Amino acid sequence: MEKILIPLLDSDVAPRFDLATDVLVVSFSRETLTMGTIKEKVVVLNNASSEAACRLALSENVRTVICAGIEAEYHDFLTWKGIKVLDDVCGPVDLVLESYLTDALEKGMCFY
Amino acid sequence: MPTLDPAILKWLLPDTDSLTDLLDELPLGVAVMGWDGTLLAVNKTYETLTGADRQSLVGLKCLHGLRCDYCFKGCPVLAGWKKVDARSAEANIISRNRNKVYVRLTISPILGDKGEVRGAVETVSTRATHTLEEGTAGLTGLGNLVGNSPEIQRIFTMVPAIAQTDSSVLITGETGTGKDMLAEEIHNASDRNDGPFIKVNCGALPDTLLESELFGHAKGAFTGADRAKPGRFRMAHGGTLFLTEIGDLPLALQVKLLSFLDDKVIYPLGSTKGFHADVRVIVATHRDLEEMVRQRRFRQDLLYRLNVIRLHLPPLRNRGDDIHLLQDHFLKMFQARFGKKVEGFSANAQALLEGYPYPGNVRELRNLIEYAVNFCDGKQIHTHHLPGYLLRAPAAPSPEPEPEPAGPSAAQPDVRPARTESWEEVQRRMVLDALVKTGGRKRQAAELLGWGRSTLWRKMKHYGID
Repeated sequence: MEKILIPLLDSDVAPRFDLATDVLVVSFSRETLTMGTIKEKVVVLNNASSEAACRLALSENVRTVICAGIEAEYHDFLTWKGIKVLDDVCGPVDLVLESYLTDALEKGMCFY
Repeated sequence: MPTLDPAILKWLLPDTDSLTDLLDELPLGVAVMGWDGTLLAVNKTYETLTGADRQSLVGLKCLHGLRCDYCFKGCPVLAGWKKVDARSAEANIISRNRNKVYVRLTISPILGDKGEVRGAVETVSTRATHTLEEGTAGLTGLGNLVGNSPEIQRIFTMVPAIAQTDSSVLITGETGTGKDMLAEEIHNASDRNDGPFIKVNCGALPDTLLESELFGHAKGAFTGADRAKPGRFRMAHGGTLFLTEIGDLPLALQVKLLSFLDDKVIYPLGSTKGFHADVRVIVATHRDLEEMVRQRRFRQDLLYRLNVIRLHLPPLRNRGDDIHLLQDHFLKMFQARFGKKVEGFSANAQALLEGYPYPGNVRELRNLIEYAVNFCDGKQIHTHHLPGYLLRAPAAPSPEPEPEPAGPSAAQPDVRPARTESWEEVQRRMVLDALVKTGGRKRQAAELLGWGRSTLWRKMKHYGID
């Protein structure tokens, strides 16, 4: 079971990691190349902050964070904790997720 | 009142390219957007501030392009124009380089014939990242610089006149004397204070990276250059570029800097197209540049070019009673910051502080007092609240005569090596002490030190504490 975390603004990737109150946590397992199970949940943070989002990523044992703008300090912190950060990604979350699940997502991709 | 003839405007700006060229010359970031916030045009400064190129920005909604906190705080482009007038706000953005940049925004609606909002023009300019620290009221100072000694007062009186010129300034002085702050105060007092203040430490980057960092590079200039980079000179357009540790600038780049100072045009790496950058250059160093010229490690012609105005900041040990003024200033500052009720120093602690030679100058004094306020649990700072190395340090020598700042032929003052290693050891011990006191609980340790968790984490990483 792999987990990813995406800060949300409505149904898009939030432009800022530190200002997102809604965070999507996706758990998925690949059974074959094209088949698998996906579970999604949206966590609402009491106060939007980079620290709260980092705490959530750690407590949920997230493997990858997908976001748009993130400060270097928090990017480095997550990387230090062994979490892969794909930043500077923007677009509707469904397209971003689909791209990630097909191993096509890279830093800096825009889906608008 | 004279009105503008639209035909003349059309003649002046016949197509989008001429409008873009005009916008590119402005020292502010400018974006033209549609009624729904879709970016239609951006200028070079906007590209520089966001770190994104214009091809990737145009067509995006402005909140995804600029990544500004004001988008979430009632920006009329998103929330709707309840009152159709220009708005301005202080905000911050996160650039593609993952830096938080503090900016001043203005958003003005573009109105149609019937008063309907057709679009908006947004301007973005950088602002200083810090406000004046607490406790400067009543002290003699210039911005964040505090001092009452004749040497410092002479510099304070010179700054307003220096700020009004565009001449290059060379600031010399030992480490920790406030060279960076003085450069920023000169910028703040100048007409360029609406423009950016960009600081580059010439000693912090390897030679190969420094050229592209300073002058930028074109797309495809070298392997891995998958996008064009504007460079710090272009980022400083309309403002001030502060090159600290100029003595560490490699000889090859000294030539390029000299060429810029001559014609004010920069050529990004791999590009033949120059950019006219309206930038004032301030440089600083703790090294003896004249000696470096003699050793052929620094170009003499560059020294002459930079040495138009020279300011020398005296070391703390030669500033007489300024040490008391600064002690009080930092004590009040950290009292307020950490919410402690420390009222002063015991006689022994005061004697110890007065007798110490401060090789790290004002920065070292500031750090000592920060340490003491952190560890003081009563109303008075005693010697045991001060770092242990103060007790082992030799007493301060009598103040040495400071040479008059003069032209390039004048001898440089004695530059003593910094005691940064010592302070690093102290800080490492502070972190360890706090962790021991709190049983390894990082949140409590961070609170004890008066730091954020992330600061503690950074320090732990820096000092290799697991």
